[in-house]
Amino acid sequence: MNIKPSYIGELLAAGRLVLTTDSTEETEEVGRLMGRAINGPIVMTLAGDLGSGKTCFARGLARGLGVDERYPVTSPTYTIVNEYPGRLPLFHLDLYRLGGGEELEEIGYRDMQQQEGVIVVEWPERSDDDELGTDLAIVLGEEGPDERVITMRCLHPNVDLREQV
Amino acid sequence: MKILAIESSCDETAAAVVEDGTRVLSSVVASQIAVHHVYGGVVPELASRKHVEAIVPVVREALADAGIDRSELDAVAVTQGPGLVGALLVGFSYAKAYAWGLGIPCVGVNHLEGHMSSIFLGDNPPAFPYVALLVSGGHTSLYYVTGPTDYELMGQTRDDAVGEAYDKVSKMLGLGYPGGVVIDGLAQKGNPKAIAFPRPYLDKKAFDFSFSGLKSAVGRYLKDFPDPDETRLYDIAASFQESVAVVLCHKLIYAAKVKNCRHIAVVGGVAANSRVRAIVAEAASRNHLSFHTPELQYCGDNAAMIGAIGYHRRVEGCALGLNEDAYSRARLPSNSKHK
Repeated sequence: MNIKPSYIGELLAAGRLVLTTDSTEETEEVGRLMGRAINGPIVMTLAGDLGSGKTCFARGLARGLGVDERYPVTSPTYTIVNEYPGRLPLFHLDLYRLGGGEELEEIGYRDMQQQEGVIVVEWPERSDDDELGTDLAIVLGEEGPDERVITMRCLHPNVDLREQV
Repeated sequence: MKILAIESSCDETAAAVVEDGTRVLSSVVASQIAVHHVYGGVVPELASRKHVEAIVPVVREALADAGIDRSELDAVAVTQGPGLVGALLVGFSYAKAYAWGLGIPCVGVNHLEGHMSSIFLGDNPPAFPYVALLVSGGHTSLYYVTGPTDYELMGQTRDDAVGEAYDKVSKMLGLGYPGGVVIDGLAQKGNPKAIAFPRPYLDKKAFDFSFSGLKSAVGRYLKDFPDPDETRLYDIAASFQESVAVVLCHKLIYAAKVKNCRHIAVVGGVAANSRVRAIVAEAASRNHLSFHTPELQYCGDNAAMIGAIGYHRRVEGCALGLNEDAYSRARLPSNSKHK
């Protein structure tokens, strides 16, 4: 994977970080590094088309959070929420089948937020960042069959990437 | 033993009365009932609020259809997990209170074991030991089954479940939900050899599945050849379905050989798929295996299957305490006996 250095100043100025990966393994690795870096509660969203690697990223995230390899990290589209025990509890959500953000209440989202874990949300478009309380918005874009551009945008009030420029 | 069974783990609110784990006296599934006005409208997916509205009439109807009074019940069985906790809690709390009110035991069961036990509903159950393929919207796994509550997980999906791959491909093709039914219908008019989609075996001698790559292959095909006409749409559906069915069938038959079983079973919502049924039936006959699959009404989520596993768990002496809770998460898979 490469961080495109020429972009960094510009992107940080816009509050973004962009990475490109060349395979599903690399996308999973980015997720794993992210998981290893997390040491407190966080809400992140994962946007991207069908097949863009959202579940793959989440699988890496789970491993980085120390979720046992024996738990297959599978797509939550049908089950809506998959929960895994890691260093922090991990809630892997997919809002694809939800009618709207008001249904967050019915899937027990508030309870998840109170458990001080890591919440990762696929298809966040069904709701919005205010309702979800998003700290980090991640978008996976397809460049080729295997190449992905991963854009991360921090929405947490305590982090202002622009100050780093 | 007459058991009232209740299921509310996901989309459906269901109740059934089952005798001795095999004879279905009644089976009611709320979202499939034609006369919606009884429940004040169609029961939409997902809303636990809707489970609350449906549970009382559904249980009442199950008892009425069975032609018995609740005083004749010996036990209540209910799905304890895995599933959506808000949805699960409706059926789970109702069942515990109902049993407590009647002074009979309440048995909490695993939803997946329910699907596995759907094969015992009817006159043609498989003989132990057998290999069972559980395929549904949320699950794809292969089990070696040695008794009604005794089995070993041989393999499972590493990413998407089969039913889910169907739903996503259906979405990419601009078709409806549930994808399994829609694609199965179109596939029957198409050529399964028209497009060479990958056959995701992973390792031909291993029992794990992966359907995410196949889904992505269909997506890539649609990017290269957008806006398929009707004939092409049929071919895409048929070719996708063929890849799914061939891989499922290969793993199931191979598992039966490795475990030296004479009987095989396919259970869960995808067991209703016409191509999966046909290809497995054909392979079973070629390999001199006895193939079992539930009646169509017991493939998708239903309560009769909960009554079947509930019976076996009750015979083992299982009963819930009033303070026990539902669980949302699938437990850590193990190769030993697990509840």
